[in-house]
Amino acid sequence: MLVIGIIVPSLLFTNIYLLVGLLLVQVPLLLVGRVTRRWVQSLRAGVFLSALIFVVNFFTGPLANAVALTLRFLLLMTTFSFFFMTTSPDDLGLAIDKVGFIRWLSRRWLGYPNALSFTFTTAVRLVPTMAVDAQTVVDAQRSRGLELDKGNLLKRVRNYIPILIPLLLIAIRRSLELAEALEARGFPGKEGRTSLFELRFKLVDYALLGISLAGIVLSFWVFFHYRVPTI
Amino acid sequence: MGENGAGKTTLAKQLNGLLKPSLGRVTVDGDDTTKKSVAQLSRKVGIVFQNPDHLLFSETVKEEVGFALKNFGFEPGVTVKQVERTLEALDLAHYADTSPFLLSGGERKRVALAAVLAWEPDYLILDEPTIGQDYQQKERLRNFILQLNSQGKAVVMVTHDVEFVAECNPKVVLMSKGRIVAQGQADEILSDDGLIEKASLVKPQMAKLFSQLGDFGLPRDVVDVHRAKMLLEEKLSEVKVRVAQSS
Repeated sequence: MLVIGIIVPSLLFTNIYLLVGLLLVQVPLLLVGRVTRRWVQSLRAGVFLSALIFVVNFFTGPLANAVALTLRFLLLMTTFSFFFMTTSPDDLGLAIDKVGFIRWLSRRWLGYPNALSFTFTTAVRLVPTMAVDAQTVVDAQRSRGLELDKGNLLKRVRNYIPILIPLLLIAIRRSLELAEALEARGFPGKEGRTSLFELRFKLVDYALLGISLAGIVLSFWVFFHYRVPTI
Repeated sequence: MGENGAGKTTLAKQLNGLLKPSLGRVTVDGDDTTKKSVAQLSRKVGIVFQNPDHLLFSETVKEEVGFALKNFGFEPGVTVKQVERTLEALDLAHYADTSPFLLSGGERKRVALAAVLAWEPDYLILDEPTIGQDYQQKERLRNFILQLNSQGKAVVMVTHDVEFVAECNPKVVLMSKGRIVAQGQADEILSDDGLIEKASLVKPQMAKLFSQLGDFGLPRDVVDVHRAKMLLEEKLSEVKVRVAQSS
């Protein structure tokens, strides 16, 4: 919710002071979550794109606008990476499982209340596994003399065939194995499954939710009633 | 050899330049690996990876084995001949036109081996080659390794299969936590209790037996069955002579 609470105003306004403020608010949170180093890494990966945004906007508009848009990009990136770095997919799955609407939709659509949230968790978890597989496949094919960055554009695209086919097959095989493993353990079980970790709303969560909601409402109100300058 | 995560595969990847040293130097036949491309080094150093599913992609076994030869720029005629020879040697000739994905796990593993052997690298690196192979195939693989060895090629094997190593009695490099902790002949290393435990291995059966026969004046560093048989026969005839003398 805090994520949306930060993103909505940052998309509505291009005021530099506001954007810097929202960025600074997150710094202590990043420190508390002990993810500053990984945050810096993801920022480093975004340097090129933010430079591009800055240059493009610099030539098409005033300087302040370019600065504001670059800041907005950095802010969005920080917010999203903050969310995904501090929230494990398991927790997210559990949280989704609590949402009545998703359970209802899942039951209607797939027949089981937990199916949708489980699908989501699996998808998120598969990304790092696939990345490791991809690296191994690339290593194996390079050991067989495959040179990925050789030849013209068409040749380069074709160079990726020996990488994509094994990767796809591994993914398909893994999903079949996953399905078998699930069935062997009686998935999805009966209605009313209990979970080892129970997520509960604490006072802090309610407070954060309240602040975020208020922020969003305020943002919309200001957006429709006033014109906020860039600087 | 060494425990999981000891750095065996990392070391293997250094040898054909997939990984470059962040400290120090790795040389292959005097050439620094940082100055050569992976393709150039692979021509000399062939690595067979653990899981065949990571490299199989062709429609037929024949094409799969010929893939690397095409990359290395072999003549088409030479390629066909080399592929045939390799498939013959690994007992895969009757699968030449089959899709590699229709083969069993052990057969796929042999196709992966064939795909590397086909260009006859000077150094062959095998990552866990005995996993999923039945006894006969292991025997075949062992003979194959010995044959390559006698042709003057170096074979480096990453493995946990102590019995397989014991029967070959090669030079063993033992790794633990990213460092080489010991190196020497297999019979010295694999009969050393301290080292075995450090690398989280289990002693080969013969070494277990002979560590308990030490009281009878037998050596403790025996790992292969042939040497064990010879030693026991000697001892037996000695005992027989003594019994005959005393009666």
